[in-house]
Amino acid sequence: MSVEDVHTLSGAYALDALPAPEREEFERHLERCEACAREVRELSETAARLAGAVALAPPTALRDRVMGRIGTVRQDPPPGAFGGLRRRTRRMLPGLALAAALAAAALGGTTVWQWQSARDAQREVQQAQEHAALLAQVLAAPDAVVSSGALPGGGTGTVVVSAGTNRAAFMTSGMPAPPDGMVYQLWFDDHGAMRPAGLLDPAAPDEAVLMDGALDGADGMGITLEPAGGSPQPTSDPLAVMEFPSA
Amino acid sequence: MEPVPTDLPAPGPPAPELGALLALVAQGDQDAFGAVYDRVAGPVLGLVRSVLRDPAQSEEVAQEVLVEVWRRAAAYSPDRGTPMAWIMTLAHRRAVDRVRSAQAASDREHRAALLDHTPAYDEVTERVEARLEREQVRRCMGGLTERQRQSVTLAYYRGLTYREVAEVLALPLGTVKTRLRDGLIRLRDCLGVTA
Ligand SMILES: [Zn+2]
Repeated sequence: MSVEDVHTLSGAYALDALPAPEREEFERHLERCEACAREVRELSETAARLAGAVALAPPTALRDRVMGRIGTVRQDPPPGAFGGLRRRTRRMLPGLALAAALAAAALGGTTVWQWQSARDAQREVQQAQEHAALLAQVLAAPDAVVSSGALPGGGTGTVVVSAGTNRAAFMTSGMPAPPDGMVYQLWFDDHGAMRPAGLLDPAAPDEAVLMDGALDGADGMGITLEPAGGSPQPTSDPLAVMEFPSA
Repeated sequence: MEPVPTDLPAPGPPAPELGALLALVAQGDQDAFGAVYDRVAGPVLGLVRSVLRDPAQSEEVAQEVLVEVWRRAAAYSPDRGTPMAWIMTLAHRRAVDRVRSAQAASDREHRAALLDHTPAYDEVTERVEARLEREQVRRCMGGLTERQRQSVTLAYYRGLTYREVAEVLALPLGTVKTRLRDGLIRLRDCLGVTA
């Protein structure tokens, strides 16, 4: 294949129209050719739009089968390290195992204390799951409004507000760690009065959290640096504030 | 407290949050996956069905694709394109792998039937966005030359390789490669796709 020739394969590649050997050859070319790589990204997005145009209403049974399957299919590990949520999930799973072990012990007639620990562990797991579900619900709400932007110290903050669920979520990406003994705290802005809305995990540069408490008419949010454990009122000027869009 | 100037921009329209949902799916969040399913199952099934034609086999492959999204969610990153494009690439790849492993295109159907084929534009869901999307794609497809449109349709909606497209349309290989690329570029511009 001549050199001029190979660049024209971007269209065929984006449409999956290359036989396997040529596909692999072109993928090697893509690693070296930035122009083709960019064009392939655009043309693949274009192809995906063509898929949207032939969408079908999937039968309910398909959803049931897929949702059933994922309960049994183990997920591939991520290619690289990610942020806080994953770590939290890992903590959650041993909790579940502990709960099961303690519940089994309780059945064998052990102490009330152990049984209560098991109950607490189960409750913790359940709360974490409910939290994740509610977060997903806010993110997926049909009325969700999103704003994001660079944070002054580096990284990106994104706030998702859903009037329908009366909740808000905050996501960070590439956020620098707070100074030792400090923590980032979120606030709802109730027309000038700041209401605590939760802490970010100091060890997580990328995180998605459900903001604590209901929106209840808050017209904005802020983020401050606070001593570990958080504060009932802000003790420093906000790093960033943003108004919620009126939906 | 004193409001501090911020460089957070003015809120825009609701952004597609498939990426945020996928990040949750990568954490093992089944509810987030349910939300992803509701967004993508229609296009996945439609695309697979357009390539495979057989309804039962299409559902089976669509199911494999959707479970693959669950399994591989952690592998998605924005530098691979939008989540939708990533998922549609998985879907198309699975569908063509299935159809190409079965038979050569020339054996699959008569050429006339292939040429006759128009994608299943009319069987779509009732959702307004889907209908608008279909109208826009149809309009942009109408802006292609006949050869471009046939080449793109046979490759994408029918899963033919460019060599098979060349055979079906009785065109030189180089011409088909060019038609596929020119056609997609024209569609990209008409649909306003940026990446
Ligand atoms: Zn190139």
